[in-house]
Amino acid sequence: MKVPLKWLKEYVAVTLPVTELAERLAMAGTEVKGTEVIGGKWENILVGEVITVEPHPNADRLRLVTVELGTEQPTVVCGAPNLRLGDKVAFARVGAELIDGHSGQKIILKPAKIRGVVSSGMVLSEKELGISDIHEGIMVLPPEAPVGAPLAECLGDTIFDLDITPNRPDLLSVIGVAREVAALTGEEPSIPEVSYEAKGAPIEEQVSVEIAAPQLCSRYSASLIYGIKIAESPRWLKSRLLASGMRPINNIVDVTNYVMLEYGQPLHAFDFFKLWGNKKIIVRRAGGGEVMVSLDGVERALQGDMLVIADEKQAVAIAGVMGGASSEVSQETTSILLESANFAPASIHHTSSSLRLISESSMRFERGIRPELTLLALKRATQLILLLAGGEAAKGLIDVYPGRKEPEPISLSTERLERLLGVEFSPQQIVAALTSLGFNCEPTSSASEFRVRAPYWRSDIHLEADLIEEVARIVGYDKIPTTMLSRSLPRQDPEPGLGLKKKAGQSLVGYGFQEVITYSLTGREMLEKALPGSGSLKALPLRVANPMTADQEYLRTSLRGNLLAALAANRRHEDGPIRLFELGRVYLARHNDLPDESEILSGLLSSTGLEKSWPGGDEPFSFFDAKGVVEGLLTRLDVTPSFEEAGDEGLRPGAQAAVVVAGNKLGVVGELHPKVAEAFEVSGAVYLFEINLTALLPYTIGHKVFQPIQRFPAVVRDIALVVDVGLSHRQVVDVIRGFPLVQKVALFDVYSGKQVPVGKKSLAYRLTFQSSTHTLTDEEANKVQQQILAKLSSELGASLRS
Amino acid sequence: MDVLEQLAELKVRALGELADIDDARELESWRVCYLGKKSRLTAVLRNLGELPLSEKKSVGAGANRLRVELESNLEQKKRALREAKLASSVQKEGLDISLPGYPFPVGRLHPVTQTIHKINDIFTSMGFQVVEGPEVEWDYYNFEALNIPEEHPARDTMATLWIDYEKDSNQRQMLLRTHTSPMQIRFMEKVRPPLRIVVPGKVYRYEATDATHIPMFHQIEGLAVDEGITMADLKGTLYEFSRRFFGKDRKVRFRCDYFPFVEPGVEMAIECAVCKGEGCRLCGSSGWIEILGAGMVHPEVLRRVGIDPEVYTGFAFGMGIERIPMLRYGIDDIRLFYSSDLRFLRQF
Ligand SMILES: [Zn+2]
Repeated sequence: MKVPLKWLKEYVAVTLPVTELAERLAMAGTEVKGTEVIGGKWENILVGEVITVEPHPNADRLRLVTVELGTEQPTVVCGAPNLRLGDKVAFARVGAELIDGHSGQKIILKPAKIRGVVSSGMVLSEKELGISDIHEGIMVLPPEAPVGAPLAECLGDTIFDLDITPNRPDLLSVIGVAREVAALTGEEPSIPEVSYEAKGAPIEEQVSVEIAAPQLCSRYSASLIYGIKIAESPRWLKSRLLASGMRPINNIVDVTNYVMLEYGQPLHAFDFFKLWGNKKIIVRRAGGGEVMVSLDGVERALQGDMLVIADEKQAVAIAGVMGGASSEVSQETTSILLESANFAPASIHHTSSSLRLISESSMRFERGIRPELTLLALKRATQLILLLAGGEAAKGLIDVYPGRKEPEPISLSTERLERLLGVEFSPQQIVAALTSLGFNCEPTSSASEFRVRAPYWRSDIHLEADLIEEVARIVGYDKIPTTMLSRSLPRQDPEPGLGLKKKAGQSLVGYGFQEVITYSLTGREMLEKALPGSGSLKALPLRVANPMTADQEYLRTSLRGNLLAALAANRRHEDGPIRLFELGRVYLARHNDLPDESEILSGLLSSTGLEKSWPGGDEPFSFFDAKGVVEGLLTRLDVTPSFEEAGDEGLRPGAQAAVVVAGNKLGVVGELHPKVAEAFEVSGAVYLFEINLTALLPYTIGHKVFQPIQRFPAVVRDIALVVDVGLSHRQVVDVIRGFPLVQKVALFDVYSGKQVPVGKKSLAYRLTFQSSTHTLTDEEANKVQQQILAKLSSELGASLRS
Repeated sequence: MDVLEQLAELKVRALGELADIDDARELESWRVCYLGKKSRLTAVLRNLGELPLSEKKSVGAGANRLRVELESNLEQKKRALREAKLASSVQKEGLDISLPGYPFPVGRLHPVTQTIHKINDIFTSMGFQVVEGPEVEWDYYNFEALNIPEEHPARDTMATLWIDYEKDSNQRQMLLRTHTSPMQIRFMEKVRPPLRIVVPGKVYRYEATDATHIPMFHQIEGLAVDEGITMADLKGTLYEFSRRFFGKDRKVRFRCDYFPFVEPGVEMAIECAVCKGEGCRLCGSSGWIEILGAGMVHPEVLRRVGIDPEVYTGFAFGMGIERIPMLRYGIDDIRLFYSSDLRFLRQF
């Protein structure tokens, strides 16, 4: 809401400097988004009076104009046709900053020679001053403008751009802002009395109004004016509309807009003779399939839940949103029916958002303005129209008011105020604050309790808490002390999942992984690219009904695609090893319920083989790097996983393993499938791991039991076995672990090549034997080692490597 | 020459020779020569008995003194030689210490995660419990229960992404939560006061992406409900948060603002760090940076979850996370957080 301060000052004395006033408004809830100063750059521009107008010796369409500035009388060349002797004008001296009337660019005025005549200065149009787009003629100032005075004194202004919160439609008006300013600065607002003479035939003999949908229209008031003359509005009116961000159209439309800005009540003027039969206005819901062309020329398809203003034949306005073209005020209009009504906020919001048609009017109605405003604004507009467009008003007004409600007083006690704010305000302070805002405080039998009535312009006061806020913001939030919560601490039940996420993330950071966060919204293509194969996703992803773009249409069912895209993007400027992880949710649809939002930890390792680094010998990552990360991480989380063959179609067959905990597959680790790597345009091998932390959580909360530290010394033996290539490490270890004295089995070498026969490989282990009851002798160790070798030989065909 | 004179001469010679010795082998021969079993000194001490009584005492004392002196000089020399050797050996192994160490990979948490952890820690220490809630929500929790019914103008300020969902008989609307506030309702439905929680998490808006807008970002919500909680407590708690997070020198301002689910409503701002309140481009010349919205929990909200507003009061607050590292580090484009660009992420 733009509020020119000069206009505001008609209703309230503004004694504070502009910045301080802005500060007070902000503290009380209305932020000043911006301040625009009109005339701030009008140095060297003065008020002048035209004292001679002579023809230009060398050009028919130019004239020589001499202007009285008080101390000098410069003569300049002027092309405008509308100059007359005695006109007060804005005169720019050389050096003034102006807007070029043709190019719209900022210029500094220089002396010029026009058709052989030197011209040192300029008589200005509104466009050249930057206050409007009007460049057809010279701007003529009011006759009382003082000659020689700086123009800024006469025409300058400051415009506040206020950020009005949705609960305060009363502040979408200059009078409303004046009331707020008055309350904040201790001034009295002065709202002008409205009166005019209505001499025409009584209105009720000429037109009637029927409200067929009283739930959607609580009040409909109207006046009727004959014999008006459509014209351009006077400059003061146009400049106020322009300063408030509205375009002047003609005197009638301008008055309706002006009064809307002044009172906050939207108005609409119908060309009375264009209403069918011009006898009756019906406020009703739109009929099925009803169509109307609105003022902006667009044909609107109306629906049954929209409210329209209709004559007896058709809809002539979309109530509270926009008028219809058929009854639009035009140059030929001579009689108008002026509407000032109150419509239900939800209905207006619904209509305006379904039609995607937001107007100054709909914006006010949807926030809920009070029906009490209709008559006040109607009278004011009628008065102004009679003043500016002439004509005669019909006697009386139409005022159908089915929604009349006496607002209930709200009780307010000083104790409850203190209970909410934590500070005691005296009854006097409370009454003073509320009264300054126009509230009525009625005493009760208790000295600390009042019955409070909100003023007719406030629609946002329903509860005692609303009144307490009013008191607090007028007295000032800074008057409320700061205290710490003092009561006993509530019981704490920390969510174990949060601790798990934190620990997992910090572990990976310790392993050198960088955390990334990517958008949960993704494209179907991205999801399918990361999980190829059958071509259809396992679970159908949730779709956004109104996506911004196609690549943000679905909720992700996997983090993999985003992580690979992050890798690909970074590969454009990084050739070193990259370790990334993300810890975030996937969204899996469930029938008739919100989706399953499991927390997934997903990581990747990638090396290109291109990097060179100190101290050299850079080994590219392998499957076992990724598996090692998973093993290390799960050990940190107190989980012992096993790894089983997996069939993830996004990973390379044979180079992937399911992460299994207590028989449940909770994740996967493996090498990215080359096809997927190609699709994401990443080169080099990429190793991925994914763990469902939500599913893992129950296994991380196990109870630990202390194991006594073995006191007796261990015997260490290294053995190298030759086995079939197809035999797994796991099979060997399972056999060895079957012997009770074996405390540890550690693999330290895997070899296949010249040293072993074709089809065989060598596995080397360090075995640690230990007893919990005595020091092992060499003989005991030898014996168990022999037994192990014998069993390995008989069960797995393993032989000792010579 | 009597024995004492001989000892004096012996001392001069022994110490003179010792001074020139610079390796351990020579030192050992010196020891054998002057302190060994066959040395002159040992002979003197061994043969004391043969001396007349009058000399025995003085020679004995002189010889013993000399032995102690030579032994202590020997120890000194040994230490000096050992130190010299250590010094020379260390010198030989001198390194180009400017060569880089063998790299350990360095990982980092995302700046948003770091910020959330830090905020969680501060509120946890004030007795708030960290909880999380669903990101896909029902209209009821995101709007209705928070005093934002259908067609309420406040909905327009939180452009919503709706989920395409086959409605059940309840006709519930599914959406991506536009703020973390729905968790206020979910928690109060489950847990009776006294309660204090903070709720960090992702939120979503239907918004075109630019340097200050993204469709997904993070918020943290706070809620405290108990008997006797006041707006002074709200101010005190948030002031304490600001003091610990932004430092004790940053001024804090509380002004009136509007959110449908609180009354009175509050906006907290901190003094602009760039201009110290004078007004600059960053703070839009106001000198203040908005940090969060807050207020006393609206009585209707309490009533809706079955908490009696005549008995209990509470406060709530909510703040955007990304804004905080943006202000702190001077980041001028919010999209960088979700670009996954290592050149950005490694800086924090
Ligand atoms: Zn600043």
